[in-house]
Amino acid sequence: VRPRSLALAAAFAVPALALTGCAAQDAEDAAGGAITVKATDTACEVSRTSAPAGQIEFTVTNAGTKVNEFYVYAANDRVVGEVENISPGLTRTFLVDLSDPGTYRTACKPGMVGDGIRADFTVTGSAAAAPTSTDAALASAVTEYREFVSGEADEFLEQTAEFVALVKAGKVSEAKALYPSARSHWERIEPVAESFGDLDPKIDGRAEVVADGMAFTGYHRLEKDLWVDGLQADSPAIADQLLTDVTELVEKAKAVELNPLQLANGAKALLDEMATSKITGEEETYSHTDLWDLDANFEGAEAAIDALRPYLTAKNPALMATIDQRAAAFDEVIDTHKKGDGFVLYPELSPADLKALTAALDAFSEPVATLAGEVAGT
Amino acid sequence: VNRSTRRAVLATGAGAALAGAAAGLTYAAGPATAVGTTEVDAGDDGIVPFRGPRQGGITTAAQDRLHLVALDVVTDDADALRNLLTRWTVAAERLTLGAEAAPGGVAGGGPWKVPQDTGEALDLAPGRLTVTIGYGPRLFDDRFGLSDRRPEALRELPAFLGDALDPARSGGDIVIQACSDDPQVAVHAVRNLVRMGFGVVSARWSQLGFGRTSSTSQAQVTPRNMFGFKDGTSNITSEDTDALDEHVWVAPQDVSGGAAWLAGGSYLVARRIRMHIEVWDRTPLMEQEEVIGRDKKIGAPLGRSAEFDEPDFAALGTDGLPRIPATAHVRLAHHDNLGGVRILRRGYNFTDGTDGQGHLDAGLFFLAYMRDAHRQFVPMQRALARADHLNEYIRHTGSAVFACPPGLAAGDDWGTQLFG
Repeated sequence: VRPRSLALAAAFAVPALALTGCAAQDAEDAAGGAITVKATDTACEVSRTSAPAGQIEFTVTNAGTKVNEFYVYAANDRVVGEVENISPGLTRTFLVDLSDPGTYRTACKPGMVGDGIRADFTVTGSAAAAPTSTDAALASAVTEYREFVSGEADEFLEQTAEFVALVKAGKVSEAKALYPSARSHWERIEPVAESFGDLDPKIDGRAEVVADGMAFTGYHRLEKDLWVDGLQADSPAIADQLLTDVTELVEKAKAVELNPLQLANGAKALLDEMATSKITGEEETYSHTDLWDLDANFEGAEAAIDALRPYLTAKNPALMATIDQRAAAFDEVIDTHKKGDGFVLYPELSPADLKALTAALDAFSEPVATLAGEVAGT
Repeated sequence: VNRSTRRAVLATGAGAALAGAAAGLTYAAGPATAVGTTEVDAGDDGIVPFRGPRQGGITTAAQDRLHLVALDVVTDDADALRNLLTRWTVAAERLTLGAEAAPGGVAGGGPWKVPQDTGEALDLAPGRLTVTIGYGPRLFDDRFGLSDRRPEALRELPAFLGDALDPARSGGDIVIQACSDDPQVAVHAVRNLVRMGFGVVSARWSQLGFGRTSSTSQAQVTPRNMFGFKDGTSNITSEDTDALDEHVWVAPQDVSGGAAWLAGGSYLVARRIRMHIEVWDRTPLMEQEEVIGRDKKIGAPLGRSAEFDEPDFAALGTDGLPRIPATAHVRLAHHDNLGGVRILRRGYNFTDGTDGQGHLDAGLFFLAYMRDAHRQFVPMQRALARADHLNEYIRHTGSAVFACPPGLAAGDDWGTQLFG
């Protein structure tokens, strides 16, 4: 395990944000029509410095000698509108959706670099936006994903109980056969499951946790016993403790409050996990069943994305299509390593196999990484 | 194995370079004025114009640093490839201006968006950044409907005597060469362009270079390679527009029909040449100079006194043997001995750490632009591979050839240029 629940923690800090849907209809007319901007190499003359909330049209003329850009910034330099690459002599018109009243900044950037020549710009009026259907879509996404988490948590507990019984009965080969399957339920909901303090290292900690002053317990300790050392005198006790810890974790996981941003961040966290510790073969040092984990992480990300699907399909269908296409491409690659009910072991993968998996994962991860912005951004 | 036949391309550069040096000094005082056939030099702001008749990064006075990446296309979707080339054009033009890869790319997206620019070049001057694109032979197979547009001369290079090529350092569908005087700017450019391409392209190999090993302008002094010798003395320079037209730029009559997009472009040959520098370093000075055929300190051809003196291949020493040995790199690589064949060299020194056996993994990353790799590089390398004494000290570990299109006019982009 690694401190990969950061994304989730960050999301907890702002639970309300995702539900402030987008706003306002286009204001028909922004009082006085387009705002003109005369940009030169040293000046940025904006014809008006305030406008009522709505879609505001800017017409920017580059009267200088350098290529120019024009920006409208919200707080903290967030770009709400820009027109780039305006060659000298050219005039460009663009619309900016300024639905929220407040103070913005306009900027010309002669040469396209630096902070630009800035001025305040005030958007007047009252904040619009009652709850909309997008909020409903996000709310049902959370409900759907919680059901997924809950179902996986139940399966995880059930299979862990079975695994623990096999270990205690000394049935090594049966325990080994069940191990990757039981763990896959954890791996599908890992961003949620690992967010509960020290339960994560107790259940999923690798041998390195000893360096941190903790005992080496949980699944990976039993993995080492089963594959390398043989069952030890304390293996039954370790197994009992695992079941206790998993029981507690499952209760907490099923009760957790989630928000839409956590779904988006959770999907990304799973893919990051795949890239940093599964494709590297680090997670399952003794059993080499990393591909089960990889596939489960992928399915977990897919579940979060599926929950967000109605919202995303309405908001950014092109993104949704890209994500689907790249998910299918990744699926195709990992499917080539299927063997029986499971997968080949990690050491059987060639460098070319790993490169193909990495390339497909990179391709999938790039659009998935933008989901948080789609859910939380304005 | 006949070790003495395993030498090679160093010479392409060094030979041509060393010999050509003579010409350089003569007109070194003249400023570059060849706007139109070569791009203008960077101004005080360190910006090399992105658009023009030629791509930057070919005759542009060689920058100090290189990051070059070869990519494989991993999709069969021609539209996705075309779209990427178009988006790359926009980003590359921005980067050469010193701008972020996308407007507000570092922090302008707000707290929830993934930054579109990775940020490590923010506030850095572009340092004459050029971004040069090229296409490998395999891109023109049947995947993208480009087979009719393959230039006839865009074919894989033949195997040469002594090649020790690593497939993982060779080939590629697309090349991006980023050169800048600031290494961080060059790496930033490649990093951000590669990132934009996930799902469409995947990096096959890449090479960092420090220390240019060629001058491409008469205003530049001749640099030294990792053997400590001046390299690229006889290179074609941006001022010599007649030589560029004859040896570097693809002429319209070279590319007919669907391949006409390459007219005004150039072929790039890349060879990673590992040097056995530990062995070289324990070689006496006289032997080093006879291997190269030049004086080490000044760079003069053996038997002459100044760097840019023409080598005298007929001169005999007091022992009655040729003053410049028959196997000297300069002799074999000189265009007088290759039927007049010349190339534009633009290589870089590299050190990729150590090789795990206590030796530096260092050498010359040979880059050269030419009108037809099979009529220029191939005969040159064959001659060198056969006899160059230098082969005892080098080994070619990577190889690739690409067709680099001409520059872009205003409003044009790489996707439209390639696909039509």
